[in-house]
Amino acid sequence: MTIQLNRVSKKYGFDFSLKDVTLEFQKGKIYGLLGPNGSGKSTTLKLISGLIFPTSGSVKVYGQPVTRKTSSIVSYLTELDMFYDSFTVKQMISFYESQFPDFNMEKAKHLLKDMNLLENSSIKKLSKGNRARLKLVLALSRDAKVLLLDEPFSGLDPLVRDSIVKSLLSYIDFEDQTVIIATHEIDELEPLLDEVMAIYQGSIIGHENVEKLREEQGLSVLHWFKTLVLDQEIRNRS
Amino acid sequence: MVKEYEANKPIYWQIAEEIFKKIIRGEIHPGDKLPSVREMAIQSGVNPNTVQRTYSEMERMGIVETKRGQGTFIVERDEIRHELSKRMEKEIVDEFIRNMSELGFTKEDMIQSLQNYLKEGGEQ
Repeated sequence: MTIQLNRVSKKYGFDFSLKDVTLEFQKGKIYGLLGPNGSGKSTTLKLISGLIFPTSGSVKVYGQPVTRKTSSIVSYLTELDMFYDSFTVKQMISFYESQFPDFNMEKAKHLLKDMNLLENSSIKKLSKGNRARLKLVLALSRDAKVLLLDEPFSGLDPLVRDSIVKSLLSYIDFEDQTVIIATHEIDELEPLLDEVMAIYQGSIIGHENVEKLREEQGLSVLHWFKTLVLDQEIRNRS
Repeated sequence: MVKEYEANKPIYWQIAEEIFKKIIRGEIHPGDKLPSVREMAIQSGVNPNTVQRTYSEMERMGIVETKRGQGTFIVERDEIRHELSKRMEKEIVDEFIRNMSELGFTKEDMIQSLQNYLKEGGEQ
């Protein structure tokens, strides 16, 4: 098991962001962590990357409890915009190379080309779609054991989404990497995912294999997820 | 564009059906090499594990064979095209008949309705 969360809770003040969550992830698979906004998706990813720590319970990556150093084997694409506006694309890439020993410059160059990004463009002038592409270039260029993507599609047009799906499929190392994608945009990602986990108000409410869901229950992920959330809302009301 | 997949059928099977159709239409032939798992995954916008399952299932059905170190090939049997077209024909007709029966149409109604439709030069 490459990633394990064991009875993890995370509190901010009095509010639970995650409540008693137990999850396991294996290498060679792409996982979808699905949930509405504010359900605890980003909190889960931050816990795995060592950006925050659990209030109770344990988070382990490759058998080791997560610390700040875990970031050396975890590549994390945040949903936030994190660029220096005064940099060029090339400078941003060099900065990343200086921070992460597993940064693969050759891969970065291929990715830039695939994504139609120019090294000399200034970050300030990039369109929203190109900023998202550059974020993905940086995240995918690391030969990291674990790849965490937080809302990689948010606010992007269908063409950009397509090019992101293709790059993911071209550059993920399916022998060795574990990929977790947190999203509320389920439809486009479904064909990419091996397994899906549904998270709602800080709790895991479902975990399925995507093809089994279709085969045994005749359900798409979107349909399954909507049914789960609806059940949960009815239960909360009564 | 990345293809859209039907919600109620496994994706690995929908990819297999696309390959069957290509064989039936004569776009790919016995002995032809299929794209590698990764290439096929990128072309179809799906997880490579899914494509692997498509290829294994087709191998189990005797439609493709994997040659070590070379890739996956359509088996060299000329009858394969005929067999697949029979198979898909049966599936489509089965479904038509099931749908019509559910609505209470008799066999005669079905034949009549097909004849009328084809005579009027309905959708190609």
